[in-house]
Amino acid sequence: MNLATFAVGAVQLALVVVGGPLLLGLMRRVRSRLEGRDGPPITQPWRDIAKLAHKQRTRPTESSWIFSAAPLVLVATAATVATLAPLIALTPPLAASTDFIAVIFVLLVGSVALALAALDTGTAFGGMGASRALTIGALVEPALLVAVLALSLPLHSTNLVAIVADGSRHASVLVGPSHLLALASFIVVILAESGRLPVDNPSTHLELTMIYEALILEYSGPDLALVTLGESMRLAIWLGLFVNLVAPAGVAANAGAAALVLGLVAVAAKVALVGTIVAVYEVTTAKLRLFRLPELLAGGFILALLGVVTGAVMR
Amino acid sequence: MIGETRTISSGDLVAEATALVADGYRLALVAGFDDERGLRVTYSFLAPTNRRVELRVEFDERTRRGVSLARVSFPASRFERELFDLFGIEPVGHPQRRALVRHAHWPEGYHPMAKGAGPAPVLHPDEGGYPFISVEGPGVYEIPVGPVHAGLIEPGHFRFSVVGETILKMKARLWFTHKGIERLVEGKSIDEVLVIAERISGDSAVAHGLAFTRAVEDALGIAVDHEVEARRAVALELERLYNHVNDLGALANDVGFGLAQAKALTVRETLLRLNERLSGHRLLRGIVTVGGAQLLDAPTQPELDEIEARVAELTSMTLAQSIVVDRFTGTGVLSREAVCELGVVGLVARASGLDLDARRDHPIEGVAIPPTILATSGDVLARYHVRRDEVAASLSVVRAATPGASTYHRTSANGSGAGLGVVEGWRGPVVHRVEIVEGRVTRLKVVDPSFLNWPALAVALADTIVPDFPLVNKSFNLSYAGNDL
Repeated sequence: MNLATFAVGAVQLALVVVGGPLLLGLMRRVRSRLEGRDGPPITQPWRDIAKLAHKQRTRPTESSWIFSAAPLVLVATAATVATLAPLIALTPPLAASTDFIAVIFVLLVGSVALALAALDTGTAFGGMGASRALTIGALVEPALLVAVLALSLPLHSTNLVAIVADGSRHASVLVGPSHLLALASFIVVILAESGRLPVDNPSTHLELTMIYEALILEYSGPDLALVTLGESMRLAIWLGLFVNLVAPAGVAANAGAAALVLGLVAVAAKVALVGTIVAVYEVTTAKLRLFRLPELLAGGFILALLGVVTGAVMR
Repeated sequence: MIGETRTISSGDLVAEATALVADGYRLALVAGFDDERGLRVTYSFLAPTNRRVELRVEFDERTRRGVSLARVSFPASRFERELFDLFGIEPVGHPQRRALVRHAHWPEGYHPMAKGAGPAPVLHPDEGGYPFISVEGPGVYEIPVGPVHAGLIEPGHFRFSVVGETILKMKARLWFTHKGIERLVEGKSIDEVLVIAERISGDSAVAHGLAFTRAVEDALGIAVDHEVEARRAVALELERLYNHVNDLGALANDVGFGLAQAKALTVRETLLRLNERLSGHRLLRGIVTVGGAQLLDAPTQPELDEIEARVAELTSMTLAQSIVVDRFTGTGVLSREAVCELGVVGLVARASGLDLDARRDHPIEGVAIPPTILATSGDVLARYHVRRDEVAASLSVVRAATPGASTYHRTSANGSGAGLGVVEGWRGPVVHRVEIVEGRVTRLKVVDPSFLNWPALAVALADTIVPDFPLVNKSFNLSYAGNDL
């Protein structure tokens, strides 16, 4: 552990904090253009956050500290992962102990905090949203964990930095069937975890259909700004992890300034590309019936399981 | 329309109404009167054979005890609850005489349409509340929604009793938009009332304007020439077009297929601009007058062809999405039996296989009858299909008529009488009943199809899951303003 790894962590954190809302803005912009509208500028989420930060904060009268703490927990967990995950370099702080499963569970703490806060509001929508979000979460986690297992097979390690490093050194790992199946499962997981179509419609105004939006209905002002920031950071992290597992090209192998700049540009460009692809996909699809979601998520689980089986057989 | 009016005693009402319903008549409108001539109620029955029968009954002004037809016809039970709230006429024998129009804000014993009710009173806080039947059992919880919603929706409060995600019971509390229209029009000239009629439900300006106009023409015996009727038919179909196109997009948007919504809105805008060119108003106000109809221009064939092609592209693109079709299919099923029992009308009834269309059942001389579009499955998909096919049918009507230069007949409307007007608007039949004394409207009763169709929404929700409610609601797309006058 040295100073350079902390510099890497700081740069990664700055990238995710600044870039998360921009990614959200980019995806909305792409969607607007494909629907024949001009759409807001990609800086719009940042403008919204800045505006909300200056607004009055209202909280439900019956809510407790859980409601107040949840936005902070959401942002803090996202910031922790942004600092420690191998996003722009293979030398983030505490690289030796960055376990993939730990990363997932740290992010999960943020989701659970929001769900608890939604229950804490005591409103019907909060309870409904929490019930739906946790149901989906319970179906997503197995797929995610099995996908991690498949990715960890070649190295016999669930160390995230090591897995990404292995992929950047040996391209053959990246095209292995086990790796590809796990990543296919990962796509389903990301769409579900970040509340995108066909799982949830992030742009709906229909309260009764909401999943993740229902969780945050009672937030306002600075709290809502934090929630918006936290959710966009999580989206950026998921997509960042995904692109580095799919194509780690450009990820800095050392903490040198030039390599870091290259790594930053590379991961930003890759995430923007994948975000655009997700937005294009969202335009061309619709939202699944709620009771069909288990089928989709079971499909993700099966893909991950096949990844493990092929990985074990081919050894 | 072949009409007949019978003045009967209150004792004969149930027998007469039972015989009419058995003959295939439906109760289309009930109007109360409380003036110097006493307390009266008229019951307007319509049959699809272009017949109508009006029963006129007088009730005792002091006891205000009426007779309930609730066991003869379900719509009658709703009209009677309305009569009690507005006039204080007690429907003796009504099984569930709860408040309908009346809100808990109204002062005790206030019946706004009763003689001498006076101006609108000071409203009290909602003290009585609005008790909902609570469903009890393990895991049952309630979701209250509205009357203020997140989107641009009219006010309505919906109370869901839910287990998990399955709706056990949905109760709608509407009537947040009472405007006192029936009182407002009293004593006004026909032209003044026409302006108000066009604004009863903003998306049905032609249907309500024309229903009122027809009622006036019926009351005063004004003959209308075929040229004028042809223009009115075009206006009515133009209204159906822009509303159906809007719904085709909104239904797709409610299942997250925003691309179709974006396309539908551009088609809608094209239609609204066409409306403006043809009538001077994007929502088609001011076309219909008593004895006349004014169009400034005619749509060209290429324009209509282009709209038809764009709608066809929109609907085929939407139905090519397997997720969309999956969401529409089997969602919010309203059976044909339920439609018949509840007296559902219009588009919703046709999507459940009931062959009702006022354009055919009460035809106007000189106006071609468009084909009646039916579906049988009664789900959201059926209502989508009916809308899609009615767009094509409406376009063919407009195309066939395409009246040339503007004609404008103005008949001076004077005289006295009572008349009924029926118009198949885009939601269903709009019925107006008017009484005129020396050129002044003394009483206007309006029935928007939404009044008859709202109860069916709750029935269609049985076995539906909560996140599908907005979709089912949109597929009905009922009016709150037209429901609550």
